[in-house]
Amino acid sequence: MSDFTFWVIFSNLLLALRWTIALSLVAFVCGGAVGLLMLFARVSKIGWLEALTRGYIEFFQGTPLLMQLFLLFFGLALFGLEVSPWLAATLALTLWTSAFISEIWRGCVESISRGQWEASSSLAMTYIEQMRYVILPQALRIAVAPTVGFSVQVVKGTALASVIGFVELTKAGTMLNNATFRPFLVYSLVALMYFALCFPLSFFAKKLEGRLNAAR
Amino acid sequence: MTYKLQFGELLPYMGVLFEGLLFTVVLTLISTVAGVGLGIGGAAARTFGPPWAGRVFVIYVELIRNTPFIVQLFFIYFGLPALGLKLSESQAAFLAMTINLGAYSTEIIRAGVEAVPKGHIEAGVSLAMTKWEVFAHIILKQALQKIWPALSSQIIIVMLGSSVVSQISAEDLTYAANFVQSRNFRAFEAYFAVALAYLGLAIVMRAMLRGIGRLMFPGH
Amino acid sequence: MPLVDIRDVRKSYGAVEVLKGVSLDIAQGDVAAIIGRSGSGKSTLLRCINGLETYQSGSICVDGVEVAGEKTNLRELRRNVGMVFQQFNLFPHLTAAQNVTLAPKVVNKTGETQAMDLAKEMLAKVGLSDKAGNYPSQLSGGQQQRVAIARALAMRPKVLLCDEITSALDPELVNEVLRVVERLAKEGITLILVTHEMRFARDVGTKLVFMHAGKAHEEGPPKALFDAPRTPELRQFIGAPA
Ligand SMILES: Nc1ncnc2c1ncn2[C@@H]1O[C@H](COP(=O)(O)OP(=O)(O)O)[C@@H](O)[C@H]1O
Ligand SMILES: [Mg+2]
Repeated sequence: MSDFTFWVIFSNLLLALRWTIALSLVAFVCGGAVGLLMLFARVSKIGWLEALTRGYIEFFQGTPLLMQLFLLFFGLALFGLEVSPWLAATLALTLWTSAFISEIWRGCVESISRGQWEASSSLAMTYIEQMRYVILPQALRIAVAPTVGFSVQVVKGTALASVIGFVELTKAGTMLNNATFRPFLVYSLVALMYFALCFPLSFFAKKLEGRLNAAR
Repeated sequence: MTYKLQFGELLPYMGVLFEGLLFTVVLTLISTVAGVGLGIGGAAARTFGPPWAGRVFVIYVELIRNTPFIVQLFFIYFGLPALGLKLSESQAAFLAMTINLGAYSTEIIRAGVEAVPKGHIEAGVSLAMTKWEVFAHIILKQALQKIWPALSSQIIIVMLGSSVVSQISAEDLTYAANFVQSRNFRAFEAYFAVALAYLGLAIVMRAMLRGIGRLMFPGH
Repeated sequence: MPLVDIRDVRKSYGAVEVLKGVSLDIAQGDVAAIIGRSGSGKSTLLRCINGLETYQSGSICVDGVEVAGEKTNLRELRRNVGMVFQQFNLFPHLTAAQNVTLAPKVVNKTGETQAMDLAKEMLAKVGLSDKAGNYPSQLSGGQQQRVAIARALAMRPKVLLCDEITSALDPELVNEVLRVVERLAKEGITLILVTHEMRFARDVGTKLVFMHAGKAHEEGPPKALFDAPRTPELRQFIGAPA
């Protein structure tokens, strides 16, 4: 193998990695924001709103992310909406992330004991106040580890954007493979770069989880 | 602007879609059995095996859990032939799915194994059982029972992830949807219908896994 | 020859010596009650007898077989040494009967019908014939501990080790377990029990062992020792007047 090919592949993959990171960040932040809204709706005790969010979550957790991408990318175009791969990928990953992350956070909120709700409502707090001052601060502590853990899923999820032609790490790998015919090298490097991105997050999540368990 | 939904356009393709569904179901079924089997072996190796075997499984689990499934699939389908291992689309799909689920179930089952109280292991040992007998008869079932919900979720996640095998032209449900929309230009209808099929599959599988759990672990 | 012959056993966890040269004979049919303060090494000694723990020096022979011997088949040894734990350690995924028959089936390759007879016999011995199909979670603590005794007996051990088997029980459940042990003692099964039930040790035991600071500090016939402890440590432990 010539060093030249290796460096061409490696440097191009690194450049594409930036897009994987960008897409991950945007999806994670937007997904988190939407997820927070979903969380409030899901535990709102307003019947129709809860049912609606439940349906939303069920759909995005129960169907393949790839299908969601296709629906947004090919499907919306039919309705006259011009959707770029970047926009479709961001949208799909945001919706998908919000569904999972709101469920993760709901688990954290629900692990706060009933007594906390009762104590705060006996202090005449409204629902929003209870959430803001009593429940969320406690839930937040528990939520950090699984949230960091889920960020790994988001990073991996961005790889599917390659399928609709968004040039991130995986798509760049496919293109470089087509140009160089070195699939073993290309996909090894692609995998290693994802690993370099995800493993620290996984590791950090595990550490946080351990610390929290030890603190209890 | 005024695109009219016409799900009727899918009717001529029901056969194709059904074949795709069948492939996805069989793919999921076989790789679930193989993957969970691999996971049991991995959990046993990590808790009771020699240190080198434990290390091998740690590396395997971390590599798989920290890379996207689609890259694993491409690596197996496009990359392995460079090492002389040429697989068909379906073979690559089955292998990738099994390896993927195997890693997750190793980790999940290991957590279950470690949650079994040490006293149960000692009780088994003091009844003259070997550590492998203790694992097979005392630990494994308890561990599986504890982590059954987590394992069930993971199996469903892997089933949904299987839609990616369409990208190496394995003829699964997603592949069928791609085929249909390329013929009738009804992308939204095709993908929406197939998305609902996946959702139905996920719901049925969840119910079945819960049922299996109840059959396997009575008394609790 | 004693059934269990313990000679100058020393055992350390890291730098901490827990057993500092324990010597003890237990004959066939003995009911040896081991008493002593928490942390004096009682559990450690028991666990050494069936090889759950290793020891650094000395020897323990059960029926003439050295526990730590290089050629010793631990599996063979443990068939002869049963153990009942403070925390029951019943297998929660198995019924009472299945708990009893698991080891006979797996280790002794006992057939299904024979195993069922065995479960009946052993559960009858502990007075739980009607609970064969119950899971541990459906039994009281006392019942669980009796199943654990039946489970150990099903291997027909030559000696049964009991480590504070009533300590995790509510007070009203202690007696039903002690009565079972007393019946076993009358049947002539060799027992080594760590216990805090002094009355029981006195009435049922044939031999009393007082563990103190990692040694068998004092031993002898229970009644004699309780009535006239020879060392100030035992005197203080049982609260007898000096
Ligand atoms: N696994 C272990 N590692 C380190 N120290 C231990 C361990 N098990 C017991 N010990 C120590 O050994 C001593 C004796 O313990 P043990 O035999 O359980 O006493 P007893 O049963 O008489 O209360 C105690 O000081 C205890 O802290
Ligand atoms: Mg003890």
